[in-house]
Amino acid sequence: MTHETIVLHGHIIDSLLLPKVLDHILQYGGSFEIAHIRIGKTREEPSDARIIVHAESPERLAEIIAAVQAHGASVEKEADCQWQEAPADGVFPDDFYVTTHLLTEVRVHGKWVPVKEIEMDLGIWLDRNDPAPHTVPMAEVRKGDQIAVGREGIRVTPLERPAHLDVFGFMGAQVSSERPHGHLITGIARRMQALRRSEARILLAGGPAIIHGGGREPLAWLIESGYIHVLFCGNALAAHDMEAHLYGTSLGLHLEGGSLAHHGHEHHLRTINRIRAIGSIEEAVRQGVITTGIMAACVRRGVKIVMAGTIRDDGPLPGVITDSVQAQAAMRATLPGVELALLVASTLHAVATGNLLPASVPTVCVDVNPAVPTKLADRGSLQAIGLVMDAASFLRELARHLGWKE
Amino acid sequence: MSRFLVCPPDHYQIAYEINPWMDVKRGADPTVARVQWNALAAVLEKNCGATLERIVPVAGLPDMVFTTNAGIVAGHTVVLSQFRYPERQPEETPFEQWFESHGYEVKRLPPGLFFEGGGDMLGTRNMWFGGYPQRTDIRAYRYVGEFLGREILPLELVDPRFYHLDTCFCPLSGGEVIWFPGAFDRYGQAAVMERFPAEKRIAVPEEEAVRFACNAVCIGKHVVIPEGSPSTMERLEKLGYATHAVGLSEFIKSGGAAKCLTLALD
Repeated sequence: MTHETIVLHGHIIDSLLLPKVLDHILQYGGSFEIAHIRIGKTREEPSDARIIVHAESPERLAEIIAAVQAHGASVEKEADCQWQEAPADGVFPDDFYVTTHLLTEVRVHGKWVPVKEIEMDLGIWLDRNDPAPHTVPMAEVRKGDQIAVGREGIRVTPLERPAHLDVFGFMGAQVSSERPHGHLITGIARRMQALRRSEARILLAGGPAIIHGGGREPLAWLIESGYIHVLFCGNALAAHDMEAHLYGTSLGLHLEGGSLAHHGHEHHLRTINRIRAIGSIEEAVRQGVITTGIMAACVRRGVKIVMAGTIRDDGPLPGVITDSVQAQAAMRATLPGVELALLVASTLHAVATGNLLPASVPTVCVDVNPAVPTKLADRGSLQAIGLVMDAASFLRELARHLGWKE
Repeated sequence: MSRFLVCPPDHYQIAYEINPWMDVKRGADPTVARVQWNALAAVLEKNCGATLERIVPVAGLPDMVFTTNAGIVAGHTVVLSQFRYPERQPEETPFEQWFESHGYEVKRLPPGLFFEGGGDMLGTRNMWFGGYPQRTDIRAYRYVGEFLGREILPLELVDPRFYHLDTCFCPLSGGEVIWFPGAFDRYGQAAVMERFPAEKRIAVPEEEAVRFACNAVCIGKHVVIPEGSPSTMERLEKLGYATHAVGLSEFIKSGGAAKCLTLALD
């Protein structure tokens, strides 16, 4: 889809020019949104309308524009995007354009060019050696880089309702604990089956509640079965997952029976120490020290793991990235090709991942705290599902739909 | 008192074809044209009490007789036309000179924006209509409206035979309108019907529309109308108008009649 903004001015109401122009847009196979309308208060006072015309292709759009121009509609004056040099490393010029997570185009030498690597809250950088502009995080900008400033010559395409109407198409942004989950999880499972067939990538960002609540086995099964291709987590999920393998506990509590293990609070520290001694999680799996659970499944299946640290981490485990700017960059680098994101039981990782994803990627956010899915759904994606439920129950039900047997 | 700008048909002929009426091979008879033009002038001056201002015709500009296309006049201001066809564009200069030498404030539209004056813009005291897109670019009305402080409702003309608004639409002094609905699209028809109640609309049958029944000149209670439109004349007379039929066959061959041959100055 492509679009252009037109303006109509004059006695467009009494002359029926406005309905005529709108009818023409539809007759030529386009659609429209009235972005603004001001109706003259008296018969003498002219009226104004600003209309965004959408069409399937640039050719169709050109036909529509030509047709409505004959009735006095004019294309809103367009200007090229303005660029300014970054004044220092890690600093955008004043008035830098802040991206959204929606498809964005900038006008360069009279042509609209899509911005690559769409992500919200970044700047837009025009590399002298690359005709296509792309997003750039504040921390990565270098002195002298050409950064988009102002708002002229930048346009954002609102999300369209997805073509295939499964649960992602219907849901919108409603989040409630009082909604049945069953059909949603069935829909998510169907989407995952389709994505696995098409070799698209599925991302899961998860927190340690997955382990505590009993979601370790179904998640490990999902990974082993090729349904998860990227894992974002922190130190805790990995530590407790491997603790469960080595000690049968999660944060010192027996996963079977739930009793407190003797000196169980030390288990995760001993686990972390063991892995640090071996050098890496991958090596621990390769040596047969860790053979079950999520991390073992990821290593066996070649799932890309990004572990981002936090201030209260123990250890941390080898591989945990403790510089959050570096962690964001590592997460960002794994996103191309991701077509579904499951954000399960982790406020920080869920929000961080949500910020990195373009709005076009369907997202499922599962948390017992409704604030987390609500926050994610508020990103404005039409393809966001929020489920207020326990992580382990979600993963068990999802895995069962996909063939897991307890 | 009504004043009109007219141009004697000294150089009138059919020298090119820029509308479906014109046929160079058929041509127009200059003697008959002269007689018809003189008859029209006489009716306007003697029967209707109009004053005619005569511009000096220019050789090589045969359509200068159709003075209504020179521009649109409001008080002492004129918005000059910018003709769509190159054949008529040289008329702009003598008309501009005439208006300047007669003390008018001359307004010009941005270059390239076509506007054919009284041919496409008609109205009553406070209600104006603008035909488009055959000869006038709809965007011109924005400027004309601002120059003259008038509301102008654009009406799309969809029949090539009725290429100017004055070939199918004629507002009258009593608030009525003579019109040929088939020349407009449904939006234009709806806009006209919204502004003129049914009893004020005189819809002309097609056989009279093609004899230019709508290309009439209304001066007070007088209507000067090309001959051959008996039903339209009957309707007008019932409404209390005195009708004056004038034979204008030689000008209809160029796609113009009484209204096209006169430009209202006041």
